[in-house]
Amino acid sequence: MSLLSLIKEISPQLLEGTLVTLQLTGFAISLGFVIGMFLALGRLYGRGPVRKFCIGYIEFFRGTPLLVQLFIVYYGLPRYGIKVPSIVAALLGLGLNSAAYQAEYFRGAIQSIDEGQMMAARALGMKKLQAILNILIPQALRIVIPSWSNELIYTLKYSSVAYIIGAPELMAQAKFIAAENFRYFEVFLVVAFIYLVIVSLLSWILRIIENRVRIPGLQTS
Amino acid sequence: MTSIFPLLRGTITTLELTILLLAIGLAIGIFLALGQVYGPLPVVAVINIYERFFRSIPALVLLFLFFFGSSYFGLSLSPFLSAVLALGFRSSAYQSQIFRGAIQSIDEGQMMAARALGMKGFQAIKCIILPQAIRLAIPPWSNEYSSVLKDTSLAYAVGVVELVREGRYIIVRTFEPMLVYITIALVYFVLTYAGNKLLAFLEKKLAVPGYELKLKEAKSTKYER
Amino acid sequence: MSDKTIILKIEDIHKSYGKEKVLKGISFSVKEGETKVIIGPSGTGKSTLLRCINGLTKPDKGHVWLDGVEITNSNVNLDRVRQSIGMVFQNFNLFTHLTALDNVRIGLVKVKKLPRDVATEKAIAMLKKVGLEKKAHLYPAQLSGGQQQRVSIARALAMDPKLILFDEPTSALDPELIGEVLYVMKNLAESGMTMVVVSHEMGFARSVCDEIIFLDKGVVVEQGPPDVLFNHPRNKRTREFLCKISELYGESGER
Repeated sequence: MSLLSLIKEISPQLLEGTLVTLQLTGFAISLGFVIGMFLALGRLYGRGPVRKFCIGYIEFFRGTPLLVQLFIVYYGLPRYGIKVPSIVAALLGLGLNSAAYQAEYFRGAIQSIDEGQMMAARALGMKKLQAILNILIPQALRIVIPSWSNELIYTLKYSSVAYIIGAPELMAQAKFIAAENFRYFEVFLVVAFIYLVIVSLLSWILRIIENRVRIPGLQTS
Repeated sequence: MTSIFPLLRGTITTLELTILLLAIGLAIGIFLALGQVYGPLPVVAVINIYERFFRSIPALVLLFLFFFGSSYFGLSLSPFLSAVLALGFRSSAYQSQIFRGAIQSIDEGQMMAARALGMKGFQAIKCIILPQAIRLAIPPWSNEYSSVLKDTSLAYAVGVVELVREGRYIIVRTFEPMLVYITIALVYFVLTYAGNKLLAFLEKKLAVPGYELKLKEAKSTKYER
Repeated sequence: MSDKTIILKIEDIHKSYGKEKVLKGISFSVKEGETKVIIGPSGTGKSTLLRCINGLTKPDKGHVWLDGVEITNSNVNLDRVRQSIGMVFQNFNLFTHLTALDNVRIGLVKVKKLPRDVATEKAIAMLKKVGLEKKAHLYPAQLSGGQQQRVSIARALAMDPKLILFDEPTSALDPELIGEVLYVMKNLAESGMTMVVVSHEMGFARSVCDEIIFLDKGVVVEQGPPDVLFNHPRNKRTREFLCKISELYGESGER
């Protein structure tokens, strides 16, 4: 069977896997966004124990492999009565992991904002929380876009690890097909190509967005 | 208690993998970076494609490509060797970006002054540009160390008996997944921490007194993870 | 004076960047032991001219002879040529990762392949010449601008060049640091070094140089001994430029 007819045969199944991969990535990055934002604020403005918890969380998730984190969620937690399907475990693991990285990007962005912004907001009579929400975060979100784009692509690529705990994404489908037709190399070549296309497409879109939301005249470093 | 020995063995394999990958990535990465900065256009284009390939495809897919690809072409590399090659080349793509950024952050006057002294191009690169670029590259390289260390765990998927797989074997015997995985996580954590500390120490030691080398900002954002 | 040998001769140098013609046929020659100062408004290609002389920039057209040998010839080894032409840059360009001593020594060791101890001795002698032997083990970032520029002069000097090119050596310096660098350059000129200096330090030009070359819009507008050029400039553009310069830098310029 030629590579072309092979591609034709396996593409429906791979497409299905690709969709799961994209959904998984989308949910994980969103979960990471929300938790990451709280972690960043907690690390920057939190009191003693809150701050310590945020730092501990970030350092733990950044200092250990995603695979081990997924194993802890999927194989470790059931011991304590928390049993979730593999796709949920994958989503949780990826999201919690990405949160730690996103938190650091947010923190970097917030810290890079000139102190004068906060001062000016407080001088207007805003409370600290108001200043953070209305002045700092909107600016930080724009600054963070390049690193955040990077993080999105990382999450997409690392979502492939979820196959190891059995989430039915692209890799899992590929492995499944290959186990049937024994054409491992060709199948993974197609998978590599799919990732290459998605990643390239995504970077291109993200670059366009980056240029769109740039504030005219403001140089962010 | 009987679990300590396999964990230790796994840790050593993980470290071996990490060191091999970083070494391969370093050797190739520096060359790629030099090619990108000083090479002719076709060389630059080829390196760009190489980089794009290894940076866009997930580590896990690369592992499978190398592992199954080697037997497809009749080479049949061991899981360990295919992991070393796949992840080593991958790291070279990331490291080339690190070193390219570092080289490009060095003031052009340095090269000019070196050439004005009569140095040949490669002499100037070896004696003037690289010593400065390597110092600049240490902080992002430290990031790359952490990434590579953690990514060695993916070699688990092609059957390399590294730390995570040793852990898996222990769990089959003991039915203590949480305990084992938390322990393994801690091992990684300590290795990451210790490696970063070591590199920070190196950075301090190599620092040029009174001079703060700076990476150009835009370039450093690319390898944050 | 006239029986001295010509060290540097340049003829009809042209250079453009894209559509912009920076140099449009520059010719002059420098005799052994002479100091020539090139002046002219910014953007007239003075730095480009210097870089064309030692081949850091390739001229589009024209010839350069060093000591009777044409170095614009394509089969000349430029690396060898550059060993005998020292260059001092506006921004010093000291190698940031090397101490003052190593900066002076590296050319001797890596390019001239001198044994290390010989090179060290020579490097220290050169640093002494610029009055910085006590700073030998400091890094560029630990030195003032003036000191850095003196080290870079020592670095050029150590190679025993036939001539040294100075590209605005004092314009990146704080005013109070200019004097020490000019002092070193003056001594150098008086000791018989052949020098081509791009500079607007009129005091220096007046007291040391043999000829001033006024460059504007890519051509030599006027050249002559400082007395003549300062007191009786023939060209209107020269007059205007000298007026502007003396406003900026002070008439006498005796620093």
